[in-house]
Amino acid sequence: MAKAAAKKSAAAAPSVERRPALAGQELSATGVTLAVLPPAERISLRAPDASVAALSKALGVTLPQKPKTSAAKAGRTALWLGPDEWLVIDEVGKVPLADCAEVTVLHSAVVISHRNVAISVTGPAAAATINSGCPQDLSLDAFPVGAASRTILGKVEIVLLRTASDAFRVECWRSFSDYVFTFLSEAARDAAA
Amino acid sequence: MIAAFRIPGAGRLRQAETASFSFDGHSYAGVEGDTLASALLANGVHLIGRSFKYHRPRGFLSAGAEEPNALVEIKRDSARKTPNVRATVQELYDGLAAQSQNRWPSLSFDVSALGDIASPLLSAGFYYKTFMWPKSAWKNFYEPKIRAAAGLGVAPDQADPDHYSARFAHCDVLVLGGGAAGIAAALAAAETGVRVILVDEQAEFGGSLHFESGAKIDRQDGFAWAQSAVAKLKTMDNVRVLSRTTAFGYYAQNFVGLVERVSDHLQNPGRDLPRERLWQVRAKRVVLATGAIERHMVFADNDRPGIMLASAARTYLNHYGVTVGRNVGVYTANDSAYAAAIDLKKAGVGVAAIVDLRDNPTGPVIEEARALGIEVNFGRAVIRAGGKLRVSSMTVQPKNGGGERTIPVDAILMSAGWTPSVHLFSQSRGKVAFNDETKRFVPGAYAQDCVSVGACNGTDGLSATIDEAYAAGAKAAKDVGANAKGNKPKVDASENWSRGMLGAAPGAGADTTVKAFVDFQNDVTAKDIRQAVHEGMRSIEHVKRFTTNGMATDQGKTSNMHGLAIAAETLGKPIPQVGLTTFRAPYTPVTFGSIVGHARGPLFDPTRKTAIHPWAERQGAVFEDVGQWKRAWYFPKAGEDMHAAVDRECVTVRKTAGLFDASTLGKIEVVGPDAAKFMELLYTNPWEKLEPGRCRYGIMLREDGFIYDDGVVGRLAPDRFHVTTTTGGAPRVMNHMEDYLQTEFPHLNVWLTSITEQWAVIAVQGPKSRDIIAPLVEGIDMSDEALPHMSVREGRICGVPTRLFRMSFTGERGFEVNVPADYGQAVWEALWAEGQKHGACAYGTEAMHVLRAEKGYIIVGQDTDGTVTPNDAGLDWAVGKKKTDFVGIRGMVRPDLVANGRKQLVGLKTKDPKVVLEEGAQIVGDSKQAIPMTMIGHVTSSYWSENCGRSIALALVAGGRDRMGETLYVPMPNATIEVEVTGMVFFDEKGERLNG
Repeated sequence: MAKAAAKKSAAAAPSVERRPALAGQELSATGVTLAVLPPAERISLRAPDASVAALSKALGVTLPQKPKTSAAKAGRTALWLGPDEWLVIDEVGKVPLADCAEVTVLHSAVVISHRNVAISVTGPAAAATINSGCPQDLSLDAFPVGAASRTILGKVEIVLLRTASDAFRVECWRSFSDYVFTFLSEAARDAAA
Repeated sequence: MIAAFRIPGAGRLRQAETASFSFDGHSYAGVEGDTLASALLANGVHLIGRSFKYHRPRGFLSAGAEEPNALVEIKRDSARKTPNVRATVQELYDGLAAQSQNRWPSLSFDVSALGDIASPLLSAGFYYKTFMWPKSAWKNFYEPKIRAAAGLGVAPDQADPDHYSARFAHCDVLVLGGGAAGIAAALAAAETGVRVILVDEQAEFGGSLHFESGAKIDRQDGFAWAQSAVAKLKTMDNVRVLSRTTAFGYYAQNFVGLVERVSDHLQNPGRDLPRERLWQVRAKRVVLATGAIERHMVFADNDRPGIMLASAARTYLNHYGVTVGRNVGVYTANDSAYAAAIDLKKAGVGVAAIVDLRDNPTGPVIEEARALGIEVNFGRAVIRAGGKLRVSSMTVQPKNGGGERTIPVDAILMSAGWTPSVHLFSQSRGKVAFNDETKRFVPGAYAQDCVSVGACNGTDGLSATIDEAYAAGAKAAKDVGANAKGNKPKVDASENWSRGMLGAAPGAGADTTVKAFVDFQNDVTAKDIRQAVHEGMRSIEHVKRFTTNGMATDQGKTSNMHGLAIAAETLGKPIPQVGLTTFRAPYTPVTFGSIVGHARGPLFDPTRKTAIHPWAERQGAVFEDVGQWKRAWYFPKAGEDMHAAVDRECVTVRKTAGLFDASTLGKIEVVGPDAAKFMELLYTNPWEKLEPGRCRYGIMLREDGFIYDDGVVGRLAPDRFHVTTTTGGAPRVMNHMEDYLQTEFPHLNVWLTSITEQWAVIAVQGPKSRDIIAPLVEGIDMSDEALPHMSVREGRICGVPTRLFRMSFTGERGFEVNVPADYGQAVWEALWAEGQKHGACAYGTEAMHVLRAEKGYIIVGQDTDGTVTPNDAGLDWAVGKKKTDFVGIRGMVRPDLVANGRKQLVGLKTKDPKVVLEEGAQIVGDSKQAIPMTMIGHVTSSYWSENCGRSIALALVAGGRDRMGETLYVPMPNATIEVEVTGMVFFDEKGERLNG
């Protein structure tokens, strides 16, 4: 599986500039800070139960099987998005697609590193900021550290990951990142209330 | 200086803290903590507005949210003009400017009040009857005149400069209403540690404790207890306390909408403060503690300014320190009005008389009133009020007839009893039940996890209310898994009210001229209700719509029960058989701003831009909206209009080459061992035998056999397809595929991933396209033998991974370069630099449309409309003849889909090559036929083609392919255009340029 896209990974470095969306944008408001995070490697991983163990081994992180949870190890996080679906994010530059290509068990791995943009929302008012457009219960009981969910923010889809009691990672598609950042900026103005 | 009607020492406001404000241009002084209503009353102003239909002078009926009369416009600046604000809930701030509404030329002299004299013409249902002739006059004369005369305030004419915030919240126990009951319930729940939200619409908690001077709880004055209890709740981490917040809607599964008024009460709200904040709360349990609303007495001219609810007068005195008159009369059918008379008397206000409709009431308040020397009359009715701009007298008569006596007064306080506020309970789909003994509707069967406590549940007396509320709060907490351990508040003293009456009192008059108002805001009188019954209305739903009783913005908070009782009496039926109308959200009016929240300006809808967008912007591209995307439409050079730019772009692409941003095309990666099987089922085309590295144009149908989407699909590996869709179709095609995969073909091992945004797509089209791309590509043999038309390779361009498609949507040799989106702009710039060496251009969506039309390539959604089959579109070749199954295979062969004479896609050439047809124009076979003509088709695409030197068009025409060479006609407003039916390919019919 997945060899087609992975086999030519050892080629020359790009001769042109990478220009990530919203690169470096930040905003601070009372109780909350927004920051566009650096690029990361990402795959959308789909697989049946029988493949989970082998894929977990190959990826070096145990794929979570409980709804709304995630697992992280050595800069790599696997977020449960559905019964057979994970978003794998690698923040240390290792390519999860290459690891998946090593195993023969049934699965689908598709590179989406550039599809998503990540925005961090941190501070005591982080949950309130997100709750301005996200209907989920973000109390620590209902959405503890490590909780993850594909959900909505205002009018767009996001993937939400709680990275600390007062910190979240918001992932959205590239062309929605401007909307998401603007929405969070508006919400941040009122989040300390 | 203390205002004339402010009583020193009375009320809770610090009378030294003054604020100045204006009403209709007159300046007044008020006190911090006042409402606009209390401040005006302190200055002796009762006349506040004109009524909706008859333009009768009106004063304050209430001191709260139920107010039907006192609607004013609050103006902060030219853009911040809020109409229809209830003066009874608008908090005063220094500099507040208010204006009366619905009057001309002035509040005290309003010419439309003539409508009051002409009122026989305006009785219930008048607009169904009176203004019917001549028919045309309704639209041009009657309706505009009635609309202008009848009305509320004027909507602001500028954009709202304020901003509105929104918040989703979750809690275990949501308590709606912050009177004694709500506070007790919140305390009980909060002490267990569960998450509690306590909400009240007023600035300060306490509800009826604002006026109920006889209440003592935990050895404190009732209102003081409320403040200390709420202060304690505010210190608790598990409790959120929201004042100035109205629960306006109760939706499914304990989802409750709240509007918090954040800054309407502030003199200078900070720019960062929202005006309002919408809370959407999901609660495990809801406690409804919404209280009760006092009813007025229904008698002749009961709407004169100065006539108000007894509890309102008490609130103005006991909370705001304001008396509503110097010599007040009281008209009541229950005990609560006595307490008002007693409080006023004790404050030094003259009480002319209490008129009690009951025959022999007894009780402590009656004894106390007598002991204070107040004249008390039993078994008597106020049959009319005197005065016009202000009440001047009340005329009293024994209720069974007899001698009249007119008593001069400057205010009348009235009470017909209390109506439990079951609005939110009813909105929750709970069913109310009529208690025949107490004559009130109270919560019956519950539909959601909520409970009603206190006055809204028909529970009388403070002690019983607190017992019930505290137990309900504790139970709600227990239901979600927590146990109570707190102390129940102890009621040391309370007031007690007996029942009252429903419907018209004797002074409502049986004749047709008396105006005894039931619904003040919509000017509905007792006789209107009776008339509705006489004219055949039987259900309260019909009576309501015929009379408009309870249909104003106050939603009949004071009028519903009276209206119902009068209808029931006239029908001779018991009240429950006539029924109560259903309550709908919102409980009180909600601003559009709070509903809209953040969704305005750039946040109205997402604006999606491609990675290459900044480059196009710098080049001066003109953009068009395609769904949420901004796409470069054309790239005008200096001095070029759209026409010239598009012509140049089209010619350049065919002469040398053009670059086109195709990033918005939907892209789906289909992966798994059964990927080809899945593709076979979703598309009409065969896929099993498509070699990896090759592409095919695919057509997707719906089950009914009509074209749903199309696009080029590349097979990257035996188990991996790169599917493209139309830009607009991307999300729904993904859903369509996922839907079939999960419901019809769950046995297939295949998964779908949207990769639309992973890849930026740069189309390079034209005879020089290969020359432009080749120098930048590594690892891909670009020769025609190695990379023929309709093939795909993975490799690198500018050192960046690419999926390089050789394909064409122009008919020229063409490529689509897919690169990871963050590299899109840089790779585009590199290709642009190469292109410049060959004289290539950038082209936009308009040139793309023209170029594909020159080749007869269809656009799904433009040349098809959901009723076009592959055969209709001339695409039979793309349907696998040997295939036994795919979505739409059976729909496609339905008899009417294969019948002769169906509309088929053909080309059209105008006889005059310079004439460009209108897209959407209708086509007829014979231009001489009588109107209405038989239309045989319409134009789907039409352009000027500079490459062809003439106009070109595509059209759906009945039996089109059998009409080749025929002359048809396109009738337009100014001329009938002659066209010739042709094939769909206008340029390079043999397709030689694909390898040119």
